[in-house]
Amino acid sequence: MSTLVGTHSEDLPEHAHAPAHEHRDDTAAKIGMWLFLFTELMLFGILFLVYAVYRSIYSEDFHHAALELNVALGSFNTFVLLTSSMTMAMSIAALQKRDKNLSMVLLLATIVLGALFMVNKYFEWGAKIHHGLYPASEHMRTLPHGEQLFYGLYYTMTGLHGLHVLAGMGLLSLMLYFVVRDKIRPDRHVMLENSGLYWHLVDLIWIFLLPLFYVTT
Amino acid sequence: MASTVVTHTPAVLNYLEEKGRHAGILSWVLSTDHKRIGLLYMYTMFAFFGVGVLMGLILRLELLTPGPTIPGFTANMYNAVFTLHGVIMIFLFVIPGLPAIFGNFCMPIMIGARDVAFPRLNLLSWYCFIVGAGIAVLALFTGQGFPDTGWTFYVPYSLRTGTNVTLGMLGAFIIGWSSILTGLNFLVTIHRMRAPGMGWFQMPLFVWALYATAWIQVIATPVVGITLALVMLERAIDVGIFNPALGGDPILFQHMFWIYSHPAVYIMILPAMGAISEIIPTFAGRTIFGYKAIALSSLSIASVGYLVWAHHMFTTPMSLAALFVFSLLTFFVAIPSGVKVFNWVATLYKGSIDLRSPLLFALSFIFLFSIGGLTGLANGALGPNLHIHDTYFIVGHFHYVMFGGTGFGLFAALHYWFPKMYGRMYNERLAWYYWALMFVGFNMLYFSMLILGMEGNPRRYYDYLPRFQTWHVVSTVGSWILVAGLLMMAYNFIRSARRGAPAPANPWGGVTLEWTVPSPPPVENFHEIPRWEGSAYHGFEKLQRRRSEAQ
Repeated sequence: MSTLVGTHSEDLPEHAHAPAHEHRDDTAAKIGMWLFLFTELMLFGILFLVYAVYRSIYSEDFHHAALELNVALGSFNTFVLLTSSMTMAMSIAALQKRDKNLSMVLLLATIVLGALFMVNKYFEWGAKIHHGLYPASEHMRTLPHGEQLFYGLYYTMTGLHGLHVLAGMGLLSLMLYFVVRDKIRPDRHVMLENSGLYWHLVDLIWIFLLPLFYVTT
Repeated sequence: MASTVVTHTPAVLNYLEEKGRHAGILSWVLSTDHKRIGLLYMYTMFAFFGVGVLMGLILRLELLTPGPTIPGFTANMYNAVFTLHGVIMIFLFVIPGLPAIFGNFCMPIMIGARDVAFPRLNLLSWYCFIVGAGIAVLALFTGQGFPDTGWTFYVPYSLRTGTNVTLGMLGAFIIGWSSILTGLNFLVTIHRMRAPGMGWFQMPLFVWALYATAWIQVIATPVVGITLALVMLERAIDVGIFNPALGGDPILFQHMFWIYSHPAVYIMILPAMGAISEIIPTFAGRTIFGYKAIALSSLSIASVGYLVWAHHMFTTPMSLAALFVFSLLTFFVAIPSGVKVFNWVATLYKGSIDLRSPLLFALSFIFLFSIGGLTGLANGALGPNLHIHDTYFIVGHFHYVMFGGTGFGLFAALHYWFPKMYGRMYNERLAWYYWALMFVGFNMLYFSMLILGMEGNPRRYYDYLPRFQTWHVVSTVGSWILVAGLLMMAYNFIRSARRGAPAPANPWGGVTLEWTVPSPPPVENFHEIPRWEGSAYHGFEKLQRRRSEAQ
């Protein structure tokens, strides 16, 4: 039975007679994950809309404010996150090729790269806050409205993205545990694939954040 | 084939009697059975509905006379109570609405499945709902009390008020998760778990309505999620996005709020329309007229419904071009609703009508929803809108759609599927009495508001000019009659759930799959997954043929 349903069978009647708790449909799990990713796109999509509105109103201020951001650090973080997406994809491929150890190593590498991204983010935010560039600070109140909004959006959007990186790291840690305990196996790895999809989404959002905030000028 | 491997004995126990791994209340709150989850939603939602009705009753009582009416009831309390009434009714009753109760209970059976695609996620949705509701209740009793902003939480007032806006919003935010997860679950279920042979255009129309609704739940809800999150952030650390003092734009909040909240109106009404599309053919004894038109009109309402949000904001600064486009699109979205109404009426034509309480409520739905829809067009036209914006006309229109539409649709569905849920019949004669009370009370309560609005009485106010009093008195008396009807209905169902006469599997002569299983249904619905052939309502075609041969 398990081999039957493990082959992405489109043929529902084959396992329609199993009791509900044994019902397993990998395609359904993937559709569900994609729908969840749509909700994430809408969540960030609205923030990009807000960004577009204020950038069109305050384009000059946005230009000035963006000069303050550290392009080198942003680019390095982009490199880190892109690499982590690669290790994520390789981890799934390794598991499909029944190399459990390699899969675990690559998954761990993904989590570590995620952590490295967050550490960089911490120093980046820390430096800004040290210079008094944070919402409602005294220094901020002396800046033009457009620059204040730029930083408001910067903290909101990179902050929400950071939360997603943290959530992704938690999720991947859980997946690592499942791989170790053989709950995720070469013949049932849809959970790992779905987690990978989530990780790629987090990556994708960053790909848009980088040009909009760091290299916009 | 795997069909020969039946690993469990044929279920003889129904889902109400089943002894699972847990006993007592745990067997309910830890159950992943879609039918039990449907009932969990129903009990919690009706509990909140009761509170919401009570709040509405207090508001109407206060408005009985100009000036203070209830001793000790201040204008500020009035603001908090109408916010609470709105938040409860919107977020805890009509938004979960029919999908949470009847979608959960009936949809898997109607498509010939044993459960939804993700049963545990389904239970999680209910917990999101409960936790969100709990946080909203917490907002009532802590800090400076419940928000006094109205359920729309408009900035900049919601940034400035000292009341518990953040907690109230957090509650709504978490309830949003419940809505998203339910929608996601239903979409996957409808895509993947239809019985063999049941194509898209062979699904019952209630399932079509749930499908269209689920897309709105998934795509639109995150928008309000991020909007509420931004206001919470704004209140906490002043990021400035909605704060005009920092360069932000409060009107942007209104846009973002209505980008969700207008499609959300279709989350509320579409499933009710779906239920009506089930009830009318059953009690007309004939197949539905214009099946495809009804199915596709659900989808077109869901899609065009995204593009009309700014008709809530005609009095804010917008370009003339934008005003025209949003007004035009608002008229467009009325077309598929009209298509449905005409098809329902055409289904009744030359049918063999069996006028019982579910049909009675369904017919009142058509009448009340038509008034709600047509007054909506008056709001959607640019000229009249300026006149009636922010008057009682809006309140009247909204309640005709949401209570006359979704509310009466939900009551129709409850009368229709109650025998299936509990395996018991209710008192039909009593149902006619309280239907009459509710119908009369409802129209007194809300038609008066339409008139008050035309006469220029602004809404949301604690007080009004003495010349408006006559219609306010009619409205308040109507609220008492309506509530008397609601109480009788509650009595009928609570009593019948325990002591009603046993219901047969198919008390109304319905032809969809839920009427082929016993009442109440067994634990996993079907011993053997059925195979579907023919159109969604082909059962009636045989009936019609027999009838025309007899003539």
